[in-house]
Amino acid sequence: MLEAIGIGTVDDLFADVSPKFEGELDLPPALSEYEALADVEGLARENVAGLPIFLGAGAYDRITPASVGAITSRGEFLTSYTPYQPEISQGVLQAIFEFQSVISELTGFEISNASVYDGANAVAEAALMTARQTKRDPQVAVSKGLNPRYREVIETYGVETVELPFVGGTTNFSDVPEGVSGVFVQSPNYFGGVEDVRAASEAAHAVGALAVAVCDPISLAVLEAPGKLGADVAVGEAQPLGMPLLFGGPYAGYMATRPEFVRQLPGRICGETVDKEGKLAYVLTLRAREQDIRRARANSNICTNQALTALAATVYAALMGPEGLREVAELSISKAHYLAGRLEEAGFSLRYGEAPFLWEFAVELPDVGRANEALLENDMIGGLDLGDGAMLIAVTEKRTREELDGFVEVLKNVG
Amino acid sequence: MLGSLIRDKGREGRRGYTLPRFDVERVDLGEILPKGALREEKPGLPEVDEPTVVRHYTNLSRQNWGIDTNFYPLGSCTMKHNPRANEAAAAVPGFAGLHPLQPEGQIQGALKVMHEMQGFLSAVSGLPAVSLQPMAGAQGELTSILMVRKYFEDRGDTERTTVLVPSTAHGTNPATATMVGFGTEEIGLDEDGCVDVEELRGKVDGTTAALMITNPNTLGVYEKNIAEIADILHEAGAFLYMDGANVNAIMGRMRPGDAGVDVMHFNLHKTFSTPHGGGGPGSGAIACSGALAPFRPDPVAEKDADGYHLARPEKTIGRVAGFHGNFGVFLKAWNYIKMHGPELKNVTDMAVLNANYVRAHLRGTYRIPYEGLCKHECIVQPPKGKKALDVAKGLIDHGFHPPTVYFPLVVKEAMLIEPTETESKETLDDFVGAMLELAERSTEELEEAPVNAPTRRLDEARAARKLKARW
Repeated sequence: MLEAIGIGTVDDLFADVSPKFEGELDLPPALSEYEALADVEGLARENVAGLPIFLGAGAYDRITPASVGAITSRGEFLTSYTPYQPEISQGVLQAIFEFQSVISELTGFEISNASVYDGANAVAEAALMTARQTKRDPQVAVSKGLNPRYREVIETYGVETVELPFVGGTTNFSDVPEGVSGVFVQSPNYFGGVEDVRAASEAAHAVGALAVAVCDPISLAVLEAPGKLGADVAVGEAQPLGMPLLFGGPYAGYMATRPEFVRQLPGRICGETVDKEGKLAYVLTLRAREQDIRRARANSNICTNQALTALAATVYAALMGPEGLREVAELSISKAHYLAGRLEEAGFSLRYGEAPFLWEFAVELPDVGRANEALLENDMIGGLDLGDGAMLIAVTEKRTREELDGFVEVLKNVG
Repeated sequence: MLGSLIRDKGREGRRGYTLPRFDVERVDLGEILPKGALREEKPGLPEVDEPTVVRHYTNLSRQNWGIDTNFYPLGSCTMKHNPRANEAAAAVPGFAGLHPLQPEGQIQGALKVMHEMQGFLSAVSGLPAVSLQPMAGAQGELTSILMVRKYFEDRGDTERTTVLVPSTAHGTNPATATMVGFGTEEIGLDEDGCVDVEELRGKVDGTTAALMITNPNTLGVYEKNIAEIADILHEAGAFLYMDGANVNAIMGRMRPGDAGVDVMHFNLHKTFSTPHGGGGPGSGAIACSGALAPFRPDPVAEKDADGYHLARPEKTIGRVAGFHGNFGVFLKAWNYIKMHGPELKNVTDMAVLNANYVRAHLRGTYRIPYEGLCKHECIVQPPKGKKALDVAKGLIDHGFHPPTVYFPLVVKEAMLIEPTETESKETLDDFVGAMLELAERSTEELEEAPVNAPTRRLDEARAARKLKARW
């Protein structure tokens, strides 16, 4: 090979490289596959996993059907690139088209993109989108009901946030300030409460802003679609649809909107077309919005989507169907309300007892840290310490009655 | 079967999954939800059984090419073999089932992976600080430029309004600068295809925030003046950012930090063999100098006598991800680096060897716009009168995924070929044979290709004109 190139040594390939690195990379010696995976197993044992989890706050311990992993591990999906050559990428393209369709069905919007990095980025991209669409400065109205991590990403992206009052577990949208580009309503909100998406939408439109609904996709099996409640954009975290927790990622953010806003929607969009023989096929479309075509004038720098995790969500939704998805929601709601009721019977107070909730709620506890230690001693991973004398508890379809009863007993003993 | 959607394969009432039974009383949603909140119509999701779902998506996968099925020399994308050991690592239950908000005492194994990975990327880059949080290359760029902006804000320097971008840059570079609020100015090339140093010298001044360079650049050419370029920027108080899409060409041969690069991103899904998944998830970790380290995203992994912690950098730009980034992806990349160690240098050597070998055999038939050695990818142009797109589609009929075409924009009819180190000489010879055969074909014949793919060429304009993006 060197002869064909016309050089004497491999070093000659780097003759033009300056400054050269002459040392050895400061990395541990190479391991065989067996040794490397033994290390992974060893490190995994330094984590606490495999116990019932009562943590949520944006990532949920839900059932993942075995078929999901079987499909996403197929090499034709796993090892392909973004489908720039549609003739040999119809599998990924149709899967994206089906993902967009699932999101459209759940949210009640005509247009969905192919997904973005995660829920937090979907929220931040939506905030930027409201500014482009309204031609206003990026400034959005949010309340404490919006996941604080989403809000941080919004702010990192240079969008200003103004605070709406959060009273009794839900947001008060009656006094949205003039001049904001968007109004955000997360439902169920960070503390689990069901918000009034219609009121938020009306309040947004009254000041000429866009209404953005942030929704857990599982909740849309039982809650009215934001597209039917007057919202302009729906975004959220698709992790509950068949993605493992995996310490926070990879997940997938979804974004859906009305057709008239499609040019301001960032990310890939897959559309239907035909080939030269008239055969139905799929292709990435409206590409003129994107960075590789428009460069400095693109509507976002976003390049990748989360095709593989979006595929997981699509397979999950297909396996569950409307009835299965509704059952996931109802199992979670029923178990969460059972737990909340048992805690109240035991003398604990819910922080927002008046607000309607689905599967997540905050309970008042004087020492959450101690409670979580006691739960761990009893082989349970407790809820999120809100830092102000309350624990945020999420209950999914995975939790059994026995686990819920055990949870209450531990908290009773902690007092 | 192409075109047949999963929803169309169902019948009302069918389901593909059985859930656990109710072991508590079923709540009446009408009682707990406010009026109007309850969904009136069920969503139009597929109603199909499990065998139908598995067969549908298995057949869809068969309409798709991946590295597993075909040689995939897509320039600027580093489509190397994806070792399944990486997948096995990410599937270990002690990681797969870990919630991102568990207390530090419960996540020591995960934090150790993050801390080690930060160290690995420091070693490869020659830069002291790392953040793993950005979830794709473009987000790594965005994170880097946000850090640059925050650095100047922190110093009260309000004059920095411009980011310089070479004409060969990825489209994400100028798009990123715009998103952060900078104006962009383009820098041309010298006769070797490198950044024109004299032009740069004339354009750098007190308003310059950074230059976004890719090295090797998207022509596959090493930026020979990178150290001088860094000096020019530093003298003006500006930063040198490096797009790390092409790190597969330099591991163990040069370290960006030694050349004066201040901040860079990695594409873990390119250089470190994690799968591209049909367009993501990726991971766009960044490495930076001590001066920029306090501005990294929150949090980073740190270690002290008590163990590993998540720490907030002092002057952080804030979060760019909901949690810690694509942990599953950096777990795979960490495993890959563990399996190569310092021998990552061999990865680079073989990648560069393969690209130069392909180029040597195409020379004479295909035009080579820039002479000299290439690095891990080479750029060629078809014989005069032939279109890159037609040759690309012809390759499909030979069983090869086409290279990147029409990029970078500065080369007409560009074909950017990146074979990677994981291909054998025999595969490269077959590919070269196909390229040479296509060069002989008539334009009319080439325009018909592909004829052996799942579809013929598509009517892309129709998709935009009559937008249909859902069932």
